[in-house]
Amino acid sequence: MSSLYEEINAPLASDIPIRRVTINVNGEARTANVEPRLLLAHLLRQGFKLTGTHSGCDTTSCGACTVLFDGRPIKSCTMFAVQADGHDVQTVEGLASASELHPLQEGFKQEHALQCGFCTPGMMMAAKALLEENLNPTEDEIRWALSGNLCRCTGYQNIVKAVLWAAEKMRAELN
Amino acid sequence: MYPSRFNYESPKTIAEAIKLLDAGNGEAKILAGGQSLIPMIKLRFAFPEQIVDINNIPGLDYIRFDADGSLHIGALVRHEHLEKSVEISMRQPTIAAAAPLVSDPIVRTRGTFVGSVCHADPQGDWAATMIALKGHLVVQGPKGTRTIAMKDFVLGPYANSLNYNEIAIEAVIPAPKGVARGGYLKLERRVGDFATASVAVALDMSGDTVLGAGFALAGVGGKTIDANDAASVLIGQKLTDATIAKVAALVAAKAEPRTDHRGSAEYKRHIVEIFVKRILVANSTQKVA
Repeated sequence: MSSLYEEINAPLASDIPIRRVTINVNGEARTANVEPRLLLAHLLRQGFKLTGTHSGCDTTSCGACTVLFDGRPIKSCTMFAVQADGHDVQTVEGLASASELHPLQEGFKQEHALQCGFCTPGMMMAAKALLEENLNPTEDEIRWALSGNLCRCTGYQNIVKAVLWAAEKMRAELN
Repeated sequence: MYPSRFNYESPKTIAEAIKLLDAGNGEAKILAGGQSLIPMIKLRFAFPEQIVDINNIPGLDYIRFDADGSLHIGALVRHEHLEKSVEISMRQPTIAAAAPLVSDPIVRTRGTFVGSVCHADPQGDWAATMIALKGHLVVQGPKGTRTIAMKDFVLGPYANSLNYNEIAIEAVIPAPKGVARGGYLKLERRVGDFATASVAVALDMSGDTVLGAGFALAGVGGKTIDANDAASVLIGQKLTDATIAKVAALVAAKAEPRTDHRGSAEYKRHIVEIFVKRILVANSTQKVA
């Protein structure tokens, strides 16, 4: 016996429903066999080792696990991985290129928009969805767009400033 | 948290979905937006053996005003579709007011209107809205299609009158005789929290005169509260200080609030009364002190 525990009567593999899914993650097709009950957040983190997506409250409240699903922000703890089959998923790892930070990442750095950093990936993905629709948001619009994401450190002040900073940079890059 | 094990199917047609529900014999559950169902499965309040994901059935994401003025909302219309719809903002003020208050903006990209109505959460915004608007649901089962009026739909907390093998495929809001007015107000401690109190008001107006009115409450009772009885004092009347005060008191009397960490029963009833007044005043062309 090589471990402390050896299962003698394991359930037959055929009793466990398995689905093959192919998900376009940050522009790359990733294929996995999953049990339908596996959550998208868990597939991203444990399966694909994309640990930038954080698991916070696990009850659809905090938004730390926010990713873009076909371009719209979703809480990846509240979707089964099997539902993402054939869809596009963008995680925080997809923001920066090899040599350059995304304006949102730069903005978070410039405006000191994180302390512990736990909420940051979700904040940035929710902000990205906002800026894709509205590149000139007001402070109020930013606050509403981020109202599904909780931060327990910053008091949100600098997060809002960071999104304004990124919006300005992205507008400048367009011109 | 991990859900218990289940089988998953994602049918491409409604007929196929109904077949799966029928075969499930009460142990199958429809997955639409999943923003209530998945947390419940994770918390193991629900443990369906079979999930029937309807997200891959095409043609269910329509918001349509028919020529007769009735509004039709398909089973896969997400909250944010209603929030962003120009037509809704111009023609259906109660839904337009409620849409941005449903949960939080990320949940709204996924959760569905019809799913929320079916979930029948006593705190749910859409079941209350549908009751105030006197809407009905079109449901399909193995024997065909039938309609269920909202007043007969919500049986209690998380309980509706669908059979286990039926799918609600569309919500219908009848056309107003005059112009649809109204509003929705919700008091919550933070975005996405359960409501302290919510009030849905639907008005059917011809000029200053009220042709029809509907009221429903969420968060102030063991189930969504139908306060449509109170509306009779407004019919044929104008919205004045006196009529507004009268109906607001009647609606507040329908609330069944309980004292908890969100406030005392008395406070919640007071909020209901104030919210009814605010919505009616906002819809009144008269100057109200």
